[in-house]
Amino acid sequence: MREKTNELPLGGIALFRWVWRQLTSMRTALFLLMLLGIGSIPGSLFPQRTQNPMKVREYLASHGSVGTWLDRFKFFDVYSSPWFSAIYLLLFISLIGCVLPRTLEHLRAIGKTPPLTPRNLDRMEGHVFLTGGDLDKAEAWLGKKRFRIRRDEFSISAEKGYSRETGNLLFHLSLILILVAVGVGSLLGSKGEAIVNVGERFINTPTSYDSLAFGKFQSDQSMQSFSLRVTDFSAKYDPATNAPQDYTLTVAASHPIGSAQKNIIIKVNSPLTYGNTKIYLQANGYSPVVTVRDKSGAVSFHGAVTFLPQDANLTSIGAIKVPDMNPQIGFVGSFIPTYDRNSKRGAFSAFPEVLDPRLLLSAWKGNLGLDTGIPQSVYRLDTSKMERIALKQLAIGETLNFGEGSITFDGWRAWVNLQIVDDPGKLYALTGAILAIFGLLLSLFTRQRRIWVKSGNRVEIAGLAKNSAPGLSGELTELKKWMEDEL
Amino acid sequence: MNSRQFAYLSNYAIYSAMFVYTIAFFSHSVEVAFSVRHAEDSTKFEFAKTDKAGRIGTAMMILGQIFLTSGVLFRGLSAHRAPWGNMYEFSITGAMAFSGAYLFSLIKYKLRWLGLPVSTAVLLTLGTAVAVLYRPSAPLVPALKSTWLIIHVSSAIVSGGVFLLANTIAATYLILDRIESRGERNAWAKKLPSLEYLDQLSYRLVAFVFPLWTFAVIAGAIWAESAWGRYWGWDPKETWAFITWIAYAAYLHARVTVGWRGRRAAWLCLFAGSTFLFNYVYVNIWGTGRHTYSGL
Repeated sequence: MREKTNELPLGGIALFRWVWRQLTSMRTALFLLMLLGIGSIPGSLFPQRTQNPMKVREYLASHGSVGTWLDRFKFFDVYSSPWFSAIYLLLFISLIGCVLPRTLEHLRAIGKTPPLTPRNLDRMEGHVFLTGGDLDKAEAWLGKKRFRIRRDEFSISAEKGYSRETGNLLFHLSLILILVAVGVGSLLGSKGEAIVNVGERFINTPTSYDSLAFGKFQSDQSMQSFSLRVTDFSAKYDPATNAPQDYTLTVAASHPIGSAQKNIIIKVNSPLTYGNTKIYLQANGYSPVVTVRDKSGAVSFHGAVTFLPQDANLTSIGAIKVPDMNPQIGFVGSFIPTYDRNSKRGAFSAFPEVLDPRLLLSAWKGNLGLDTGIPQSVYRLDTSKMERIALKQLAIGETLNFGEGSITFDGWRAWVNLQIVDDPGKLYALTGAILAIFGLLLSLFTRQRRIWVKSGNRVEIAGLAKNSAPGLSGELTELKKWMEDEL
Repeated sequence: MNSRQFAYLSNYAIYSAMFVYTIAFFSHSVEVAFSVRHAEDSTKFEFAKTDKAGRIGTAMMILGQIFLTSGVLFRGLSAHRAPWGNMYEFSITGAMAFSGAYLFSLIKYKLRWLGLPVSTAVLLTLGTAVAVLYRPSAPLVPALKSTWLIIHVSSAIVSGGVFLLANTIAATYLILDRIESRGERNAWAKKLPSLEYLDQLSYRLVAFVFPLWTFAVIAGAIWAESAWGRYWGWDPKETWAFITWIAYAAYLHARVTVGWRGRRAAWLCLFAGSTFLFNYVYVNIWGTGRHTYSGL
């Protein structure tokens, strides 16, 4: 039979059945499991776009054609690549094909009696002839030990440890539940990020986000209605090591929008939760506040401009763009929260808190390139069609005159990066994980074994332990003693 | 006592533990290496004479465990937190879990001979920790301030200790298997248990601790959900924890359903254990994921 099924048959249904049988075999499932492990390795060795797009760009720039080829095979998007998806979908199908029939079989076996006693017991473990006792006595002992018993005329077949298979199936079914939960989360969830300055308000609509991704079956209709005003953010750092010690964000939140505001504290390990939506504090930085005036002294721009931190001491860089002036003016800036300098590094930040801030600015005039239609980073200035006209380092209150006008460094504000995640699959994943552990414990710590008793000229007993689990010989010895009246 | 005094005390305890483990190492070496032939029958050995060295070894392993545990404890007291904030602290705790797993198994199984590889590994780990990984005791960064630190890290470290113990046994299996395939065991190897015993023991350790490792990964996912906004994000450390999990799952399946035993099972066990070590060493030192804190 076995040899026949391994040959590749021709014809539609037969071929399908052959493929199905191969896919759902234990061997294939194991192979796919190993393949999934091996397939996830490149994602930990190469930078991934979902985690660090900048690193990916650097890698591609410095590795030439090797990088291009790796990119073609999705080595920088491993976990969303077609080949990785193929592995886990096949594993998923294989798992279902393996587990469902076994579950049905197991359910049918509930309440059934163990199989017939084998003809020859002498090939089994611990086979021994007894000097006394009978089947009734054996049945009493086995019943007391909660074995399932099949009593025939001249023999008893008893089995214990069915919950091993129950646990085994529970574990694998839970894994399927976790996979489903992951799917639900990615199809019906959303994930977005927004940078908000202290004092500003965030309203949960798609336009408020800096980046926002919806699952395939999710739209902005289902977004939670809430708004947050960032009232305070404080960051504490260790004065000796500069390591962060505590971040505390205070928001005045309305949920739904328009309802009474509540003051809520958000910390790194305690996000704000509204139903399936959670709001996390992910990062922080500084926005220098500047005023730009034209030649006549009229204000062309005033406000806080978000700069991006570059190191642990929060030296931050950014760009200020003033398209309304003629010619257009732009600034490349570097914000130093606690100013220090030496001959080697030039100006640098000595501490992440703002103690003695400086704003290093270079002013450019020309074409900002905003109307070309090509999307531009708000943190970078495209200086290809511009000319540098001034350079200065400013303390708070100081002004740089650049001929076409002036810029004043008025102060600074802290900003926080909020990550807002909606994952409706989370609870299923957690349930699956908890059930999986229970199933695992049940299956790994339950011993499944059979014991047979036969009466002929003499009474004989023997047993068989699945996976040669220990303890059977002790049980057989105890049964022997019981039967021979030594207990 | 203040933080600084506790930090010094912790360092002294670690140095003392290293000294005591060194004695344990030499005692176990004597136990394994020297075999006294029986006075009348030279084909037999008198194990009673080297037995004393073995017993001294075990006593030293227990004493070392006490020093090491207090070293870890004082480290935590000096920083007012669970002592699991950087690689130095992971290493001393990992060494504690490894030798602890050995001492616990010693209660139930006859594996005193394992004291030699265990004390060697503990000495190497502590040596590396003190010489290369040492960082002054300091408070935790905000992302680590959570009860899950204790739950997640302790279960991961204990699982690691038992996995490595199973690895040591599997390695011993392969060495003895090699020796037996050439003929009779050497004199020293005769003191070690049978191949079947080693085979069963490494399986039992893995089967015992695999649910704990599963729990460690899940606890990590729950923590990641509250700290990083997702329960799974294919961070390098997460990826390798997953690979380790898969490798041990494959090992258990190979034994239970496919019926692998002996050499093939031992190699698979070694492979699975090495993914755990790789995760610890590679991802912590050269990795770029979110599990890297305070330098190391």
